Amino acid sequence: MTKSTRQPRTKILINSGMALSNVLEIPTSGFNFENVARNVALEGLLEGGQTKTPKPMKTGTTIAGLVCKEGVVLGADTRATSGEVVADKMCAKIHYISPNIYCCGAGTAADTEKTTDLLSSNLTIFSMNSGRNPRVVMAVNILQDMLFRYRGQIGASLILGGVDCSGNHLYTVGPYGSIDNVPYLAMGSGDLAALGILEDRFKPNMEMEEAKELVRDAIHSGIMSDLGSGNNIDICVITKQGVDYIRPYQESEYKDKRQKRYKYGPGTTSILTEKIVPLELEVVQETVQQMDTA
Amino acid sequence: MNTRGLRSQLKDSVPVTGMGQQVGAYGVQDTLRSGFSSVKNELLPSHALELSEKNFQLNQDKMNFSNLRNIQGLHAPLKLQMEYRAARQIQRLPFLQSSHLALDTLKGNDESISFEDILNDPSQSEMVGEPHVMMEYKLGLM
Repeated sequence: MTKSTRQPRTKILINSGMALSNVLEIPTSGFNFENVARNVALEGLLEGGQTKTPKPMKTGTTIAGLVCKEGVVLGADTRATSGEVVADKMCAKIHYISPNIYCCGAGTAADTEKTTDLLSSNLTIFSMNSGRNPRVVMAVNILQDMLFRYRGQIGASLILGGVDCSGNHLYTVGPYGSIDNVPYLAMGSGDLAALGILEDRFKPNMEMEEAKELVRDAIHSGIMSDLGSGNNIDICVITKQGVDYIRPYQESEYKDKRQKRYKYGPGTTSILTEKIVPLELEVVQETVQQMDTA
Repeated sequence: MNTRGLRSQLKDSVPVTGMGQQVGAYGVQDTLRSGFSSVKNELLPSHALELSEKNFQLNQDKMNFSNLRNIQGLHAPLKLQMEYRAARQIQRLPFLQSSHLALDTLKGNDESISFEDILNDPSQSEMVGEPHVMMEYKLGLM
C-alpha cells in the first residue's frame, strides 16, 4: 500500500525516456517535422540505387474560367498524372466550396483536395453562424492566409468562381498566396494553350451558351497541346439561380473499349465437396407488439 | 489579419531553444529512431517551415495583442490575457486529455478548422505520459 518516495524516481530512469519528453512537451497538433531529416538522408541513399521515392500525384492540368452575363463558367480536364503515368482518367478537379462558389484546382492532387475541403468546412461553419451564403472574397482571403502561412509548400493553384450578392467573381490563388481578380483565366500546365483561345474570343457580358462553348474550346486546346491534360472535359456553370455541374460535358474521342468482359460467370471454378450444417436456434423470448391499424 | 504590420512585431519573436533530440532508453540518444546525432541537426531546423510553425500561434497572438493595444489602449489586451490565463487553468489532470473548451471559445478556434484539428490530434497520440511523473512535475515536486 505504501510506496517509498524514492521508488518512482528510479523507475523513470530505467523506463524509456519517452516518459521524460512527454512530461515536458505535450505533443503539438498540426504538422510534424520529425521525419524530415530522415527522409532527406533516405533520398540521398535511394538516388544512388535503383529505387526511386514515389512521386505525389499531380493534376498536370488545364483549368479555365470566365465571367459571363448571367454567372461564372468553370471548366477542367479530368486527367491526373503520377510521374509519366496517367493515374486517374476521371479525376474531379472542380471542387465544391459552398452552394454558390466552386473551385478548380491544379497542382498536387492531395493538396488541392485537402485545401478546398478545409475551406469548404470553414465556410459552412460561417454560413451556419451568420445564416448567409459566403462571399467569394471571403473564400479567397481564407485561402490566401492559409497558403501564405505554409510558404508555398502546399502546391495548390486554384481558380475560384462564384456568384454572390455583389456580383459574379473569378479569382485565382497561387501556391504562395498571390491572388488576381480577372474576367477570364486559365491555370495548370496547359494554361498557355487555353489562354490563347480565351484571349482571342473573350468578350465581356457573353451569353451562357457562347461562354460554355468558349470554355470547352479552351480546355480542348489545352488537352491537345499538353501531355499532362487529357480525357474528358467537365464544365460547371454557376448562376444566381443555382449550379449546373456537367460531368462530363464532353467525353474524349480516344476512349478505349474493353475487348472482353473480365467477370467470371458462375460455374467457372468446379465445386469439389459440399457440406451443409443446419443451425439449430431455440426461441428464448417472444414478444408481440400490437400494430395500430385504426 | 495575418500579415499586416508583421515587420514591426517580428523582433519580439520567441527565440528557439534547439530542436530537441529524441531520448531513448537510459536517457541516451536514440540512434534507431532519429539517426546519428550531430550538432547541426539539433540547432538548425531541418525543414523551412519548422521554426515558423513552432512559433506561429505565439507570433499571431503577439501581433494581435499589440494591434489591439494600439487601437483600444492597454486595458484591452490586459483583460483578454487575464481571461486566457483563467481559461487555461480549466483542465483535467496533466496526463489526461482536456478539451480546452473555454480557451478555444475565447480564441475563436471553435469556429474554424485548420490543420491543427486534423493532423496529429493529441487525443489520439500513441504515447502517453507517466502519470506519477507528470503529476509531480505539475505540482513542482520534481
